[in-house]
Amino acid sequence: MRISKLVFKNMTRHKLRSFLTIVGIAIAVIAFGLLRTLVDAWYAGVDASAVNRLITRNAVSFILPLPYSYRDQIARVPGVENVTFANWFQGVYIDQEQFFARLAIDADTYLNNFPEFLVDPDQVEAFKNERNACIIGERIAVTYNLKLGDIMPIEGDIYPGSYEFVVRAIYRPRDTKTDATQMLFHWQYLDERVKQIAPERAGSIGWYVITISDPDKAAQVSDAIDALFANSRAETKTETEAAFQQSFVSMSGAIITAMNFVSFVIIGIILLVLGNTMVMTARERIGEYAVIKTLGFTKGHIITLIAGESLAISVLGGALGLVLTYPIVDVFGAALPSGWFPVFEVKPETVVQSVSSALAVGVLAAVFPVWRATSMKIVDGLRQIG
Amino acid sequence: MSTANHLPIIQVENVSKSYRRDEIDIPVLSNISISVPEGEFLALMGPSGSGKTTLLNLIAGIDRPNAGQIIVNNTALGALRESALAKWRASHIGFIFQFYNLLPVLTAYENVELPLLLTNLSKKEKREHIEASLELVGLADRMDHYPKQLSGGQEQRVAIARAIVTDPTILLADEPTGDLDKKSAEDIMTLIDRLNTEFKKTIVIVTHDPRAAEKARKIMHLDKGELSS
Repeated sequence: MRISKLVFKNMTRHKLRSFLTIVGIAIAVIAFGLLRTLVDAWYAGVDASAVNRLITRNAVSFILPLPYSYRDQIARVPGVENVTFANWFQGVYIDQEQFFARLAIDADTYLNNFPEFLVDPDQVEAFKNERNACIIGERIAVTYNLKLGDIMPIEGDIYPGSYEFVVRAIYRPRDTKTDATQMLFHWQYLDERVKQIAPERAGSIGWYVITISDPDKAAQVSDAIDALFANSRAETKTETEAAFQQSFVSMSGAIITAMNFVSFVIIGIILLVLGNTMVMTARERIGEYAVIKTLGFTKGHIITLIAGESLAISVLGGALGLVLTYPIVDVFGAALPSGWFPVFEVKPETVVQSVSSALAVGVLAAVFPVWRATSMKIVDGLRQIG
Repeated sequence: MSTANHLPIIQVENVSKSYRRDEIDIPVLSNISISVPEGEFLALMGPSGSGKTTLLNLIAGIDRPNAGQIIVNNTALGALRESALAKWRASHIGFIFQFYNLLPVLTAYENVELPLLLTNLSKKEKREHIEASLELVGLADRMDHYPKQLSGGQEQRVAIARAIVTDPTILLADEPTGDLDKKSAEDIMTLIDRLNTEFKKTIVIVTHDPRAAEKARKIMHLDKGELSS
């Protein structure tokens, strides 16, 4: 027999209590993992941002357009490698519930700026050669069972009218951080329609996407671009893609702060659950600790017995919670309205936080019982027997 | 007939002990001096509160005196720090409690094995020691029983096996028959007597029971913290 066996036997002494504590920890770890995943999903756009991409938008508001004519001027700014643009189209596909990004883009240049969208070159060519062609993300293709050659009918809202797009390419995400839920089509196609229905809105785009040669010079390049259009009818605001994405996240700042707070409150709850169990356990066994100290066991052995049991319970609860977090996050993600969170998955950081929290809780929950058992005089412990 | 030789293995020199309860010092032992030769079988008797258990605890090194010194097996216990004292207890003292104090989650075999966790014996050697100890107390056939599956007398036998498994020089027993019926008490005292006569263990027991004390070679009486005979 090793002392670890005694730890295990002690843990199974009150099976129901240990089981309930393990389940309690598991539920808390699941809740923690789910909340962290939700917070991470909010930041997915920020995380996926490329360090060498800038976004130039209208300085007044993101929803106001910029002239298409800015493009060449931006391209001439030192440090700019590529310039492309996009325009929020939105529209209704099937019904209002089906939400995902639908963007009008410059078909010739857009994909050059987004190497994380992996597309078959033949499909790219097919997309470029057809005016009403579109590229869709892999997840959209799966969700709506779309394949190459299928028609996507979309009813315009910001740009009224009926549109029909032919799926000519399906992109794959380069990694799990990449949004695979976008639908991209020719801006030129949209602009032709706009010229017919609202000529005064023609020739406008939503934002420019600029790839720069040196990420360290993002601030200088941004300033140079904005300086070009200072005091013009449509002044610009240029920032890194991460800052641009962050501005969207900031709109939900209070909710995210609350979720962050609650996720760490959950760690406190786990600590109380396990702490309560360990305090009860140590109090019940104070006589036994006195006995084994009489036999010659040292403080180190007592620490091993109590902290070992606490850690074993927390690790088991943490492991169970972690294992269950994955399917529960999947179910939760599937239950969310389509397109709310393009990336919704448990990040490695969340796993590390869950595991380290469980371990820390295991250690912390043992501190008071260990102190009590080790500082107790043997004779005082023996008096509690009988 | 005494099996003791004349070399003292336990020396209690001018020991006093008091406990502090609610700001009041309660004297328990007053200037006690005793000398126990190796191989002795000593019974400490006295009424409740006379200090006999306290004296036993001091000899066992699980409590410390306020004054005086205790030398056991040539070791001055007062000079040892807690961890050293724990190691010393593990190798020199076998302790038998009134209420057996077996761990309920461990079998008889595992309870006897507990003190051996502190030794460097191989698994085989440990098994030999445990089986020999359980054999000696007559419980070789109950090794896999848990304490709740044993009678009081059998539990005390397991506790004795646990006390002797490391082959300590000294056995200390605090009311070893206090929780047992007459028959079981007699059996336990016969066993303890055998450990003294046959295995030459130095034994100090604390007891109220004159029948238990009869087995001892020497009896000392404590009253109000002082030796009365």
